[in-house]
Amino acid sequence: MLAEQFVFVIGALICLLGAAGVIGFRNPVHSALSLVTTLFGIAVLFIALDAEFLAAVQIIVYAGAIVVMFLFVIMLLGVDQTDDIGFEPLKGQRPAAIVAGALLVVGLVAIIVLGAITGEGSANAEIQAKVPNVEQLARSLFTDYLFAFEITSILLVIGVVGAVTLARHRREAFIDQDLPHDELPEPDPTPAGEVAP
Amino acid sequence: MILAATMGPEPYLILGAILFTMGAVGLLIRRNALVMFMCIELMLNAVNLSFVAIARQLDDIGGQIAVFFVLVVAAAEVVVGLGIIVSIFRRRQGATADDLSVLKG
Repeated sequence: MLAEQFVFVIGALICLLGAAGVIGFRNPVHSALSLVTTLFGIAVLFIALDAEFLAAVQIIVYAGAIVVMFLFVIMLLGVDQTDDIGFEPLKGQRPAAIVAGALLVVGLVAIIVLGAITGEGSANAEIQAKVPNVEQLARSLFTDYLFAFEITSILLVIGVVGAVTLARHRREAFIDQDLPHDELPEPDPTPAGEVAP
Repeated sequence: MILAATMGPEPYLILGAILFTMGAVGLLIRRNALVMFMCIELMLNAVNLSFVAIARQLDDIGGQIAVFFVLVVAAAEVVVGLGIIVSIFRRRQGATADDLSVLKG
Protein backbone atom coordinates (compact mmCIF):
# COMPACT_ATOMS: atom_id res chain seq x y z
CA MET A 1 0.00 0.00 0.00
CA LEU A 2 1.29 3.41 -0.90
CA ALA A 3 1.92 5.82 1.91
CA GLU A 4 -0.41 8.29 0.19
CA GLN A 5 -3.25 5.77 0.05
CA PHE A 6 -2.89 5.22 3.78
CA VAL A 7 -3.00 8.98 4.44
CA PHE A 8 -5.93 9.38 2.06
CA VAL A 9 -8.03 6.71 3.77
CA ILE A 10 -7.44 8.22 7.21
CA GLY A 11 -8.05 11.78 6.01
CA ALA A 12 -11.18 10.79 4.10
CA LEU A 13 -12.59 9.02 7.16
CA ILE A 14 -11.94 12.11 9.31
CA CYS A 15 -13.63 14.33 6.70
CA LEU A 16 -16.69 12.14 6.26
CA LEU A 17 -17.25 11.61 9.99
CA GLY A 18 -16.93 15.36 10.57
CA ALA A 19 -19.34 16.16 7.73
CA ALA A 20 -21.86 13.65 9.07
CA GLY A 21 -21.53 15.33 12.45
CA VAL A 22 -22.13 18.80 11.00
CA ILE A 23 -25.48 17.80 9.53
CA GLY A 24 -26.38 15.26 12.22
CA PHE A 25 -25.77 16.90 15.58
CA ARG A 26 -28.71 18.69 17.14
CA ASN A 27 -26.59 21.19 19.05
CA PRO A 28 -24.98 23.90 16.86
CA VAL A 29 -21.88 23.90 19.08
CA HIS A 30 -21.33 20.22 18.33
CA SER A 31 -21.85 20.93 14.64
CA ALA A 32 -19.19 23.64 14.76
CA LEU A 33 -16.72 21.30 16.43
CA SER A 34 -17.48 18.62 13.82
CA LEU A 35 -16.74 21.23 11.17
CA VAL A 36 -13.29 21.66 12.74
CA THR A 37 -12.78 17.89 12.37
CA THR A 38 -13.63 18.02 8.68
CA LEU A 39 -11.41 21.05 8.08
CA PHE A 40 -8.55 19.27 9.82
CA GLY A 41 -9.04 16.19 7.64
CA ILE A 42 -8.95 18.35 4.54
CA ALA A 43 -5.72 19.94 5.77
CA VAL A 44 -4.23 16.44 6.08
CA LEU A 45 -5.27 15.71 2.49
CA PHE A 46 -3.72 19.02 1.37
CA ILE A 47 -0.41 17.85 2.80
CA ALA A 48 -0.77 14.55 0.96
CA LEU A 49 -1.32 16.60 -2.22
CA ASP A 50 1.90 18.62 -1.67
CA ALA A 51 0.08 21.84 -0.80
CA GLU A 52 1.76 22.58 2.53
CA PHE A 53 1.02 26.30 2.63
CA LEU A 54 -2.69 25.75 2.04
CA ALA A 55 -2.77 23.10 4.76
CA ALA A 56 -1.33 25.59 7.26
CA VAL A 57 -3.69 28.34 6.10
CA GLN A 58 -6.61 25.93 6.30
CA ILE A 59 -5.91 25.29 9.97
CA ILE A 60 -5.14 28.92 10.81
CA VAL A 61 -7.94 30.64 8.91
CA TYR A 62 -10.74 28.08 8.95
CA ALA A 63 -10.27 26.21 12.21
CA GLY A 64 -8.66 29.13 13.99
CA ALA A 65 -10.71 32.09 12.82
CA ILE A 66 -13.91 31.12 11.03
CA VAL A 67 -15.08 28.35 13.36
CA VAL A 68 -14.18 30.43 16.40
CA MET A 69 -16.33 33.20 14.95
CA PHE A 70 -19.17 30.70 14.50
CA LEU A 71 -18.85 29.62 18.13
CA PHE A 72 -18.70 33.26 19.21
CA VAL A 73 -21.95 34.05 17.39
CA ILE A 74 -23.64 30.90 18.74
CA MET A 75 -22.77 31.95 22.27
CA LEU A 76 -23.62 35.63 21.64
CA LEU A 77 -27.09 34.77 20.38
CA GLY A 78 -27.64 32.18 23.06
CA VAL A 79 -28.93 29.69 20.56
CA ASP A 80 -26.89 26.79 21.84
CA GLN A 81 -30.04 24.89 22.70
CA THR A 82 -30.74 21.72 20.81
CA ASP A 83 -32.50 21.87 17.49
CA ASP A 84 -35.71 19.94 16.94
CA ILE A 85 -34.68 17.82 13.98
CA GLY A 86 -37.90 15.83 13.85
CA PHE A 87 -40.05 18.89 13.11
CA GLU A 88 -40.55 19.38 9.40
CA PRO A 89 -42.15 22.69 8.41
CA LEU A 90 -42.37 21.82 4.71
CA LYS A 91 -43.98 18.44 4.22
CA GLY A 92 -41.84 16.10 2.16
CA GLN A 93 -38.92 18.49 1.86
CA ARG A 94 -36.49 16.30 3.73
CA PRO A 95 -36.99 13.08 1.71
CA ALA A 96 -36.89 15.17 -1.46
CA ALA A 97 -33.60 16.75 -0.33
CA ILE A 98 -32.08 13.33 0.37
CA VAL A 99 -33.20 11.98 -3.01
CA ALA A 100 -31.80 15.06 -4.75
CA GLY A 101 -28.53 14.63 -2.86
CA ALA A 102 -28.29 10.97 -3.86
CA LEU A 103 -28.88 11.91 -7.50
CA LEU A 104 -26.26 14.66 -7.24
CA VAL A 105 -23.59 12.38 -5.81
CA VAL A 106 -24.34 9.64 -8.34
CA GLY A 107 -24.06 12.14 -11.17
CA LEU A 108 -20.83 13.67 -9.92
CA VAL A 109 -19.18 10.30 -9.29
CA ALA A 110 -20.28 9.09 -12.71
CA ILE A 111 -18.65 12.12 -14.32
CA ILE A 112 -15.43 11.54 -12.37
CA VAL A 113 -15.26 7.81 -13.06
CA LEU A 114 -16.38 7.82 -16.69
CA GLY A 115 -14.85 11.09 -17.82
CA ALA A 116 -11.20 11.92 -18.24
CA ILE A 117 -9.38 14.95 -16.91
CA THR A 118 -8.59 17.19 -19.82
CA GLY A 119 -6.68 20.43 -20.05
CA GLU A 120 -3.09 21.48 -19.92
CA GLY A 121 -1.14 23.01 -17.11
CA SER A 122 -0.05 26.53 -17.92
CA ALA A 123 3.53 26.90 -19.07
CA ASN A 124 4.69 29.52 -16.56
CA ALA A 125 2.93 28.08 -13.49
CA GLU A 126 4.41 24.63 -13.48
CA ILE A 127 4.90 23.03 -10.07
CA GLN A 128 8.61 22.45 -9.53
CA ALA A 129 9.53 19.73 -7.08
CA LYS A 130 12.73 21.49 -5.97
CA VAL A 131 11.21 24.90 -5.18
CA PRO A 132 9.30 25.22 -1.89
CA ASN A 133 5.53 25.41 -2.14
CA VAL A 134 5.29 28.81 -0.41
CA GLU A 135 7.82 30.35 -2.79
CA GLN A 136 5.99 29.10 -5.87
CA LEU A 137 2.63 30.31 -4.55
CA ALA A 138 4.06 33.72 -3.69
CA ARG A 139 5.77 34.08 -7.07
CA SER A 140 2.55 33.26 -8.89
CA LEU A 141 0.35 35.35 -6.60
CA PHE A 142 2.43 38.51 -6.90
CA THR A 143 3.04 38.29 -10.62
CA ASP A 144 0.26 36.57 -12.57
CA TYR A 145 -2.50 37.10 -10.04
CA LEU A 146 -1.49 40.51 -8.71
CA PHE A 147 -4.64 42.26 -9.89
CA ALA A 148 -6.90 39.63 -8.32
CA PHE A 149 -4.87 39.94 -5.13
CA GLU A 150 -5.42 43.69 -5.01
CA ILE A 151 -9.14 43.27 -5.67
CA THR A 152 -9.19 40.85 -2.74
CA SER A 153 -8.00 43.61 -0.43
CA ILE A 154 -10.94 45.76 -1.53
CA LEU A 155 -13.25 42.82 -0.83
CA LEU A 156 -11.89 42.48 2.69
CA VAL A 157 -12.37 46.19 3.38
CA ILE A 158 -15.95 45.96 2.12
CA GLY A 159 -16.48 42.94 4.38
CA VAL A 160 -15.22 44.78 7.44
CA VAL A 161 -17.33 47.87 6.72
CA GLY A 162 -20.38 45.70 6.02
CA ALA A 163 -19.99 43.74 9.24
CA VAL A 164 -19.64 46.92 11.31
CA THR A 165 -22.67 48.47 9.62
CA LEU A 166 -24.82 45.37 10.06
CA ALA A 167 -23.91 44.49 13.63
CA ARG A 168 -23.96 48.04 15.01
CA HIS A 169 -26.49 48.59 17.77
CA ARG A 170 -28.95 51.13 16.45
CA ARG A 171 -30.42 53.62 18.90
CA GLU A 172 -33.55 54.54 16.95
CA ALA A 173 -36.96 52.94 17.26
CA PHE A 174 -37.09 49.20 16.92
CA ILE A 175 -39.92 47.80 14.85
CA ASP A 176 -40.67 44.13 15.11
CA GLN A 177 -41.76 43.55 11.57
CA ASP A 178 -43.44 40.28 12.42
CA LEU A 179 -46.03 42.03 14.59
CA PRO A 180 -48.70 44.27 13.13
CA HIS A 181 -48.26 47.85 14.26
CA ASP A 182 -50.33 50.92 13.61
CA GLU A 183 -47.90 53.47 14.92
CA LEU A 184 -44.21 53.44 15.54
CA PRO A 185 -43.23 52.35 19.04
CA GLU A 186 -41.25 54.52 21.40
CA PRO A 187 -37.48 54.65 20.92
CA ASP A 188 -35.70 51.85 22.72
CA PRO A 189 -34.68 53.22 26.15
CA THR A 190 -32.15 50.46 26.71
CA PRO A 191 -28.64 51.92 26.62
CA ALA A 192 -26.12 50.41 24.27
CA GLY A 193 -24.37 47.34 25.57
CA GLU A 194 -27.30 46.08 27.60
CA VAL A 195 -29.45 43.25 26.36
CA ALA A 196 -33.07 44.25 25.87
CA PRO A 197 -35.51 42.12 27.88
CA MET B 1 8.22 15.25 -3.54
CA ILE B 2 8.21 13.18 -0.40
CA LEU B 3 6.32 10.18 -1.73
CA ALA B 4 7.85 8.15 -4.48
CA ALA B 5 4.62 7.13 -6.19
CA THR B 6 1.40 9.14 -6.14
CA MET B 7 -2.27 8.37 -6.54
CA GLY B 8 -4.39 9.80 -9.30
CA PRO B 9 -6.82 12.62 -8.52
CA GLU B 10 -9.97 10.47 -8.81
CA PRO B 11 -10.23 9.39 -5.13
CA TYR B 12 -9.87 13.01 -4.06
CA LEU B 13 -12.48 14.14 -6.56
CA ILE B 14 -14.93 11.45 -5.39
CA LEU B 15 -14.36 12.46 -1.76
CA GLY B 16 -14.93 16.07 -2.78
CA ALA B 17 -18.17 15.12 -4.53
CA ILE B 18 -19.40 13.25 -1.44
CA LEU B 19 -18.50 16.14 0.88
CA PHE B 20 -20.15 18.66 -1.45
CA THR B 21 -23.33 16.59 -1.52
CA MET B 22 -23.36 16.21 2.25
CA GLY B 23 -23.07 19.99 2.53
CA ALA B 24 -25.89 20.54 0.05
CA VAL B 25 -28.18 18.04 1.78
CA GLY B 26 -27.38 19.55 5.16
CA LEU B 27 -28.20 23.01 3.81
CA LEU B 28 -31.59 21.72 2.70
CA ILE B 29 -32.59 19.70 5.75
CA ARG B 30 -31.32 21.81 8.64
CA ARG B 31 -33.35 24.72 9.97
CA ASN B 32 -30.78 26.49 12.11
CA ALA B 33 -29.31 29.39 10.14
CA LEU B 34 -25.85 28.93 11.67
CA VAL B 35 -25.73 25.23 10.81
CA MET B 36 -26.81 26.08 7.26
CA PHE B 37 -23.85 28.45 7.11
CA MET B 38 -21.52 25.67 8.27
CA CYS B 39 -22.86 23.46 5.48
CA ILE B 40 -21.91 26.16 2.97
CA GLU B 41 -18.37 26.08 4.40
CA LEU B 42 -18.41 22.32 3.93
CA MET B 43 -19.29 22.72 0.26
CA LEU B 44 -16.55 25.34 -0.24
CA ASN B 45 -14.01 22.97 1.30
CA ALA B 46 -15.08 20.10 -0.94
CA VAL B 47 -14.45 22.30 -3.96
CA ASN B 48 -11.06 23.37 -2.53
CA LEU B 49 -10.05 19.73 -2.25
CA SER B 50 -10.92 19.16 -5.91
CA PHE B 51 -8.96 22.27 -6.90
CA VAL B 52 -5.81 21.06 -5.19
CA ALA B 53 -6.15 17.52 -6.58
CA ILE B 54 -6.52 18.84 -10.13
CA ALA B 55 -3.65 21.29 -9.58
CA ARG B 56 -1.33 18.41 -8.85
CA GLN B 57 -2.65 16.35 -11.74
CA LEU B 58 -2.10 19.15 -14.26
CA ASP B 59 1.12 20.26 -12.56
CA ASP B 60 -0.15 23.82 -12.33
CA ILE B 61 0.12 26.05 -9.27
CA GLY B 62 -2.96 28.01 -10.41
CA GLY B 63 -5.30 25.57 -8.65
CA GLN B 64 -3.68 26.33 -5.33
CA ILE B 65 -3.97 30.06 -6.04
CA ALA B 66 -7.69 29.55 -6.66
CA VAL B 67 -8.01 27.85 -3.27
CA PHE B 68 -6.24 30.83 -1.70
CA PHE B 69 -8.81 33.19 -3.16
CA VAL B 70 -11.69 30.92 -2.15
CA LEU B 71 -10.37 31.07 1.42
CA VAL B 72 -10.35 34.86 1.38
CA VAL B 73 -13.85 35.06 -0.10
CA ALA B 74 -15.11 32.51 2.44
CA ALA B 75 -13.70 34.59 5.28
CA ALA B 76 -15.35 37.78 3.97
CA GLU B 77 -18.62 35.93 3.36
CA VAL B 78 -18.67 34.53 6.89
CA VAL B 79 -18.05 37.99 8.38
CA VAL B 80 -20.93 39.57 6.46
CA GLY B 81 -23.24 36.57 6.86
CA LEU B 82 -22.74 36.31 10.59
CA GLY B 83 -23.28 40.08 10.85
CA ILE B 84 -26.63 39.65 9.12
CA ILE B 85 -27.54 36.70 11.36
CA VAL B 86 -26.59 38.63 14.50
CA SER B 87 -28.62 41.68 13.47
CA ILE B 88 -31.65 39.53 12.61
CA PHE B 89 -31.63 37.22 15.59
CA ARG B 90 -30.51 39.65 18.28
CA ARG B 91 -34.06 40.06 19.54
CA ARG B 92 -35.39 36.60 18.85
CA GLN B 93 -35.18 33.37 20.73
CA GLY B 94 -34.30 30.84 18.07
CA ALA B 95 -32.12 31.08 15.01
CA THR B 96 -34.18 28.95 12.66
CA ALA B 97 -34.74 30.07 9.11
CA ASP B 98 -38.50 29.53 9.53
CA ASP B 99 -38.69 32.53 11.85
CA LEU B 100 -37.97 34.82 8.90
CA SER B 101 -41.43 34.94 7.43
CA VAL B 102 -41.87 38.69 7.05
CA LEU B 103 -42.44 38.44 3.31
CA LYS B 104 -45.08 35.73 3.65
CA GLY B 105 -47.92 38.25 3.56
